[in-house]
Amino acid sequence: MANVERYEAPESLPELTQILAEGPATMFAGGTDVVPQMRVGARPVRPTLININRLADLRGISESNGVVRIGGLTSVADILDCAFLKQVASVVVQAADCFASGQVRNAATLGGNICNASPAGDMIIPLLVLDAEVELASWRNACVARRRMPLCDFFTGPGKTCIEDAEVLAAVQFPVPKPHTVGRFRKFGTRPALDIAVVSVGLAGVKENGCFKDARVAFGAVAPTPIRGRNTEAALVHVELDGDRISDIAQVAEQEVSPISDVRASAWYRTHLIRELMERMLHEVHQTRD
Amino acid sequence: MKCIKQEISFTLNGGAVCVDVPVTTDTLTMLRDRLKLTGTKYGCGEGECGACTILVDGVAVNACLMFAVDCHGRELTTIEGVQTEDGLSTMQRAFVSCGATQCGFCTPGLIMQGTSLLNRSPDISVEQIKRGIEGNLCRCTGYHKVIDAIATALDSNRSAPKEHS
Repeated sequence: MANVERYEAPESLPELTQILAEGPATMFAGGTDVVPQMRVGARPVRPTLININRLADLRGISESNGVVRIGGLTSVADILDCAFLKQVASVVVQAADCFASGQVRNAATLGGNICNASPAGDMIIPLLVLDAEVELASWRNACVARRRMPLCDFFTGPGKTCIEDAEVLAAVQFPVPKPHTVGRFRKFGTRPALDIAVVSVGLAGVKENGCFKDARVAFGAVAPTPIRGRNTEAALVHVELDGDRISDIAQVAEQEVSPISDVRASAWYRTHLIRELMERMLHEVHQTRD
Repeated sequence: MKCIKQEISFTLNGGAVCVDVPVTTDTLTMLRDRLKLTGTKYGCGEGECGACTILVDGVAVNACLMFAVDCHGRELTTIEGVQTEDGLSTMQRAFVSCGATQCGFCTPGLIMQGTSLLNRSPDISVEQIKRGIEGNLCRCTGYHKVIDAIATALDSNRSAPKEHS
């Protein structure tokens, strides 16, 4: 097994990306995933350990030119407390509100939750329905290079993403949701706090006159990665919602997912929950005035 | 796994501390095994139980999930550091008067989390107290007396300035 031979705590992105360019490293910020994973040997040990918690410029929530930007090191608690997000993208705040516990939210970062790439990752689902992109930074040709990719293309399997060893997730960004956007996040677990979702569902779209003009749906814990529900989206758009139609759309959602059975739930139960959560969510949205 | 050590310095319960720790050590292990402050408890080691709750720069976190090296330059408060010159803190006194401790294992964590709730907003509802202690498990009290204690501490904190005026 490899030894940890070097420790660094850079304070700027140029400094961090240059260290990353020098060889295999393990990064940590809040530590809420990395510490327990290292303790049980679930994460391979790399020769360099980098504390990225001191990079102030990767922290914070801002908006410019119609784009919302959340730094990778922004804590889940900061997202939960952000009045601006509550106003324009409440679906992210709803997910932050059922994320782990107060203590974990204070330490855990958005970038960490995304890069941990759990199929059940709570913060991923709302960002998928907001059409978010991730910004990955690395050191190229003597400066910080950035590339962006859609969040929905970022995940390749449980715990696996497209991020390269020399890259760090600098930020997440998404267009400011249009007026009349409704957003919902629901997760199902045996208790509200500290539970890994048995399944989760996210929905965002522009709703006018009782009808979705556009819609994005995402599901957690029903596939090797968090996924978009494209068939459900298609079934939902331009349809006047009523009891029968809602039931039809929930059936599309049910047919669209193919979860596995594991220690937390059977495949049958997860499939049933997707239908149930989708149906309840649509009834709730239907009854809410535009 | 072999691992290098790093020298870190930080403020612990008001005093300056300088120690060298293996870089993969967590803060709870450093507090208990190295600094011999055993008031902070090891419950689950996964952030599920909250027995290891401490304040870092005034914010409650699980010490078992925090790299010790990340304490460098920061201000830590553990259960050993919450009492004031006059004796037990408001929160500690409320836990005693409400009978909110039984076996006592979760108590340091709950007092730290309660203290952070009190510091954060003096006016919170019972519902918000319940949400606020979601990350702390207690297997004895059934939580009612814990919630009573935190509400009592909030009340006495609110009435304290009036007593002095």
